[in-house]
Amino acid sequence: MTGNLAGANTSPDLIQLTLTINGTRHALKLDPRTTLLDLLREHLDLTGTKKGCDQGQCGACTILVDGRRINSCLTFAVMYEGAQITTIEGLARDGNLHPLQQVFIDHDAFQCGYCTPGQICSAVGLMAEDRARTAEEIRELMSGNICRCGAYTNIVAAIQQAMGRS
Amino acid sequence: MINFEYARAGDVADALRLIADDSAAKFVAGGTNLIDLMKMDVERPRKVIDINRLPLNQIENTPNGGLRIGALVRNTDLAYHPLVEQRYPVLASAIMAGASQQLRNVASTGGNLLQRTRCHYFYDTATPCNKREPGSGCSAIHGHNRMHAILGASEACIAVHPSDMCVALAILEAKVHVTGASGDRVIAFADFHRLPGNTPQRDTNLNASEIITAVELPPQGFSKNYTYLKIRDRLSYAFALVSVAVGLELDGETIKEACFALGGVAHRPWRDRQAEAALNGQPANAATFARAADALLSDAKGYEHNRFKIDLARRCLVRALTQAAHGTPQLQSFKKIM
Repeated sequence: MTGNLAGANTSPDLIQLTLTINGTRHALKLDPRTTLLDLLREHLDLTGTKKGCDQGQCGACTILVDGRRINSCLTFAVMYEGAQITTIEGLARDGNLHPLQQVFIDHDAFQCGYCTPGQICSAVGLMAEDRARTAEEIRELMSGNICRCGAYTNIVAAIQQAMGRS
Repeated sequence: MINFEYARAGDVADALRLIADDSAAKFVAGGTNLIDLMKMDVERPRKVIDINRLPLNQIENTPNGGLRIGALVRNTDLAYHPLVEQRYPVLASAIMAGASQQLRNVASTGGNLLQRTRCHYFYDTATPCNKREPGSGCSAIHGHNRMHAILGASEACIAVHPSDMCVALAILEAKVHVTGASGDRVIAFADFHRLPGNTPQRDTNLNASEIITAVELPPQGFSKNYTYLKIRDRLSYAFALVSVAVGLELDGETIKEACFALGGVAHRPWRDRQAEAALNGQPANAATFARAADALLSDAKGYEHNRFKIDLARRCLVRALTQAAHGTPQLQSFKKIM
């Protein structure tokens, strides 16, 4: 470690903010260093969103902010004052799985499952974007979600089925 | 990550006021690079100024037939904008060749220009790096330098600029609109990024207290004969070993105007006006393209692990010029290189 460490141990000024997460309003006071990912997992017990690399290289932390898929690890939560956030926990409705959750089960589109919440949130974003038509386009636009088990073939098939239904 | 003061700017004047006289402050827009670097203790701002509420997210026609892109327009919104897809498809293609959709949904136009190198020594605070710690030395020059520069490097730094978007902006001759305490100015794209020289800590000619407000595109978009060809270690979501943006104006089989730039090979997108001008009036064929590649790479210098990039760059340029001349640009989803 090089450089000046001044400030490293000073207590941070907490920032007030309001976020709507899966339809519930949260009034929060946060250290500005808190990422959306850590807010979800460490402060709100929404552990469905996974921490993989924590540096924007794996996609396990993908969530939807105002309907768009983003990597929650590369954000400061305070930047998202007033935003509507949807996580994997917010996709099911009235006890019914979201169609993308169902097709992932139907196609066995996972093995260990660690990347799956990010894959599914990313696929929800993909379908909202309405840009992918072919399997190649699905693969390209889902390339921000790494699956170390290599379940890609079934993930693409699941998304294709969901697209066919919509 | 060190603690920092968080401030939210409401407009451009507010942002400039917040950053004035504070050399340890940083603007944050998308944050996809800054936050990453802060986690690694490479960037250590005492104050982070959130500029996401600034009204800089419009894409507008300019009176002369060009396009003005607000600095906060997100990469996805820029690539998918109908005017960009129609008139500047090389820009849309380059953007879609970079990063992932999650990152493009957040990353801003201005931030793309200001992103730092992905040299792993720059990221690793346990190693010397002149860009991070001026005077400490360059670990890459005798280290793992497979991803590093073959053009325009110095003894102090052989890092490359990682952007795809900027390679397209280079051939489009974009103008960067900036503002600061001493007023507005316009920086030609070719003058925006610097070569490392003896001051690799400075990536650009933007002053510390200035902010990018817009990127302006001139009318010439090469919408008929263009390509963006990117070669990397996997087919998506990886930084370029070599990339090429090409725009051609043809009169039948004869070249009227040629613009081409390499990415992934230098501290900034690499253009050579002489090599481009030598194509004017020449037939658009393999022999012409080979001469252009020889000219562009004539001063290239490899290091222990990246010498292959010189030949790779030469072949990429020939292939990209061929794709552009044939009107068959590289698709970013269908990966076969035709």
